[in-house]
Amino acid sequence: MMEPVSDRRPPITPQLALRVAILGAVALGLFAIVFFRLWYLQVLSGDQYLAEANSNRVRTIPIQAPRGKIVDRNGKLIVVNKRAAVIEIDPSKLPQAERDLAAAWGQRAGKREARPEGHKGEPVPIPPIPTAALRERYAGLGRVLDLQPNTIHRRVVRSLVLLPYASARVKTDVPAAVLSYIRERPERFPGVDVDQTFLRDYPGGRLAAQILGYAREVSPAELKEKRFRGVGRGTIVGKDGLERTYDKYLRGQDGARRVQVDANGRPVVNKLLKDTRPVSGQRLRLSLDRGLERSAQAAIAGPLNPGSNPGAFVALDPRNGEVLAIGSHPTFDPAIFTKVLTDARYKALVGADGGPAPLTNRAISGAYPSASTFKPISALAGLDKGIVTPQTIVNDTGCAMIADKERCNAKEEAYGPVDLTRAIQVSSDIYFYRLGLSTFLRSGEAIQSWARKLGLDHRTGIDLPGEFGGVIPGKKWRTDINAAERDCRKKKKISTTTDVFRAASQGCGLSDLRAFSEGDNASLATGQGDVQATPLQMAVAYGAIANGGKVVTPHLGLEIESPSGELVQRIERDPARTVDIDEGHLRAVREGLRLAASTPEGTSGAVFAGWDHARYPIYGKTGTAEHPPPTRDQSWYVAYVPDPKRPIVVAVTVEEGGFGAAVAAPIACRILAKYYRQDTSSCTAGTAPQ
Amino acid sequence: MNEPAASRVPAGLRMPFDPLLALAALGLMIASVVSLNASTGASGDAHQTAVRQAVFFAVGSVLAIIVSRVDYSRLRELKYGLYGLIFAGIALVAVFGGVTKGQRRALQLPFFEVQASELSKVLLILALAAFAVDRARGLGERDTTARLVLVAMVPAIFIMASDLGTGLVYIVIMFAVLFVAGVSWRHFAGLVALGAISIALVLTAAPAMGVTVLTSEQSERLTSFLNPSDKAGDAGYQQNQSRIAIGAGQKTGRGDRATQGPLKFLPEQRTDFPFAAIAERWGFAGAGLVLSLYALLIWRGLRILTVAKNLYGALIAGGIVAMLLFQVFINVGMNVGIMPITGIPLPLLSYGGSSVISTLLAIGLLQSIHAQGRVAAVSKGRGRTL
Repeated sequence: MMEPVSDRRPPITPQLALRVAILGAVALGLFAIVFFRLWYLQVLSGDQYLAEANSNRVRTIPIQAPRGKIVDRNGKLIVVNKRAAVIEIDPSKLPQAERDLAAAWGQRAGKREARPEGHKGEPVPIPPIPTAALRERYAGLGRVLDLQPNTIHRRVVRSLVLLPYASARVKTDVPAAVLSYIRERPERFPGVDVDQTFLRDYPGGRLAAQILGYAREVSPAELKEKRFRGVGRGTIVGKDGLERTYDKYLRGQDGARRVQVDANGRPVVNKLLKDTRPVSGQRLRLSLDRGLERSAQAAIAGPLNPGSNPGAFVALDPRNGEVLAIGSHPTFDPAIFTKVLTDARYKALVGADGGPAPLTNRAISGAYPSASTFKPISALAGLDKGIVTPQTIVNDTGCAMIADKERCNAKEEAYGPVDLTRAIQVSSDIYFYRLGLSTFLRSGEAIQSWARKLGLDHRTGIDLPGEFGGVIPGKKWRTDINAAERDCRKKKKISTTTDVFRAASQGCGLSDLRAFSEGDNASLATGQGDVQATPLQMAVAYGAIANGGKVVTPHLGLEIESPSGELVQRIERDPARTVDIDEGHLRAVREGLRLAASTPEGTSGAVFAGWDHARYPIYGKTGTAEHPPPTRDQSWYVAYVPDPKRPIVVAVTVEEGGFGAAVAAPIACRILAKYYRQDTSSCTAGTAPQ
Repeated sequence: MNEPAASRVPAGLRMPFDPLLALAALGLMIASVVSLNASTGASGDAHQTAVRQAVFFAVGSVLAIIVSRVDYSRLRELKYGLYGLIFAGIALVAVFGGVTKGQRRALQLPFFEVQASELSKVLLILALAAFAVDRARGLGERDTTARLVLVAMVPAIFIMASDLGTGLVYIVIMFAVLFVAGVSWRHFAGLVALGAISIALVLTAAPAMGVTVLTSEQSERLTSFLNPSDKAGDAGYQQNQSRIAIGAGQKTGRGDRATQGPLKFLPEQRTDFPFAAIAERWGFAGAGLVLSLYALLIWRGLRILTVAKNLYGALIAGGIVAMLLFQVFINVGMNVGIMPITGIPLPLLSYGGSSVISTLLAIGLLQSIHAQGRVAAVSKGRGRTL
């Protein structure tokens, strides 16, 4: 065995040659694979990897751009910015344990976020403060800022997850005294920095709070939306109201500080990286008249609304739909959104505490039966279809059998023989019940189609989110809600018999399953029953009566301007729609409205008794939406003044205000008096029952 | 008997080494020193690292030249000693070895640490080839195959216990020696099947039955290339960063504007990912050149295999070629993201004395086989061209 065998061999055997060839082929194959892979990475996808390498090393820290101001039509300030001090913690001065904790929590929270809606499970709790030393630091800072150490910890962790290299914001809008206390003692507050931010500021206080909306940090879900394309994390964006509608102009462009970091996140100097400066948002000029808005808001909140009941007002220019004033009562301080929104405050805002929700903009999303203010629309429909002429006389006896039951005027007042103009002037229900009945029998849904033509039953298209479209009941609407009720009852296994009494107690409450009847149409003609309209819709409809048939698109945004005030662009709006109304019909209806406001017999005559009707003629209609007791009736007033230079249309409603002349009309009178610089004390509550 | 033979060779054939093989090795050494000198500038010890690597190269080259002038055939008589050294190394590391990354791999000496398993690769080639030659007349027999497998697998399993990647190199060496020696196709195919089954068992079946063969970290490293993730600190992250570095290099490289390497996004760029560092800095041009040098190296190795004067030389050459090819493919494959992370060094480019010296020793052996083959050929009067 130890004797070496001769290992001399013939130079190369065929077998060895084959095996060497195989070895060579394998080597060739492996090199080819690696070469192609290298080619693919470097030559074919090099650009993509270069971009990835750059995003690896460059950390972008946003510099907040101030949002654009919002001003009224005369340039008076409505929303501005104020600088506020922010207390921040530099993430690089935090212990590694806290950063690790944030990274771990962020991963778990991110995984939960990635799950489909409804399957997310419990929110991932943020683990407690990792080290005792850090708890001590947070506690020290918390004593000064009036915050719990855990609150600081949670804010720091969230910020580290969202923007790992930006300073973590601990508290915004810190008072100057606290600020200087911290500034003077840097050794006691290691890693704590003071920075500035811009907060929305409202010089008008609660003025027009519902339409302004608010702006806050963009949420991860919103970042995926099309309208927020190009918006970075942490950007302040408009979430509601005008802030939302005109966000792309108001937002501006956040700047960026670019920092090169190594794999451990430590900054490494690189002079080639340039910062970008923030660009301020543009200024939004509204059609709103700040003075008028303030008076209107004071009127609806003041003694003219004795119960301080919830309500709303709208004032438009009937020529073009420019909104001069719009508001909702009760209101709130919009600055509440610049602070941390506590649960209690939020509940109060949305009415979850049982009170009326101040956040709701009742002018555009309050759904109310419009009551007698609807009558001019019924009148135009009846005239158009020839059901009545301006000369048709109806004998108003106070009560009458209409369709299936006896119906009466308010307080069963009898007005005797009335024509159309007088029926509007005194607001005769009997006249309009009969009109509704005959229209239904002879022309079907003429009233519905006229209501739609004049802007009801669909959104007006105002430049505010959350508008309600309203309801004008008809056969199709009835069929739809009946179908919905049936589906709902089927699901809940309730009998689907047409039983009004059981429907209320046992059904789904959508419908009592009856068909649309002539009685329903009679109710519709007086604006009662299932009609639902917003104050804004009524203002648009009356605007069409005022201007001869032009149905305007109401809007608040007028112009986009540069931060210093130069015009950048006019805001485009949908063109007004024109409805063809016979001149004679229009004259009869207008005359009724004029007499209603200017004669003692008119429903709002008493309210405008001291008004200069010759100078500023008022065309107005009261409305009283009846509710079953104990709820009080809803007060309505819609009016216009066809002043050749400064026309206006005003709609006011107050929930549970009582008669139209009692509450809504005096408030409208105040608004008109302010607009035309008349004596406001002349506006007194009337007693007319319609 | 060789020296007089060499002196009888005509002057033109007296070159005692394969110049292309030497050129490939020299080119790779230069690439290594240049790239190390540019690596991770921020940490400040790049220059020092490059100098140390150059010293390893110098020592290794001297050893390689010495080996190349010796007739490798004499080493066959030392086979038991060489084989015993492998176990001595394993034992020394087990007793005195320092712990790196949780595993005992190296002997700490005053100036540098010795990774015995790296040097043992060459010892295994020499010993295994010698055992094969001993049974040259019975190479087709199952008994022979079994013996050779046993000889290789015993140290391979010991090494794998602490360093899976190096252990795999041992197994590849075994396959190569068996293959070149002429083990029957049937045995060879059976061995390959056995290997595949055991890999499948280790990776899938064993964890399912609750037997821990690989730690979870090892298993993650082996499988992460299949689904790279971006979680910092795990194997997927390393490969992702390596791919980004290579891709960002594009055609001609980023030069001093390179970021993945200098800002340390590229992990272990001196040992595990030197190829990615070169590819980022010098682009497809540089990385392609390096790959070409390796191709040249492998080609020359195969060529030398065919000119070996005896079976022993052919087996040694086969083992060395397979070892180098496997290391290059696995390491570069890991860099470009098509192979798992195993910690197998890239011959001559990875920083580290043991790997450098063992590779240079292997190249020295190839040169010796080349020189001896030529001498034998000339002495028989059958001169071969290069």
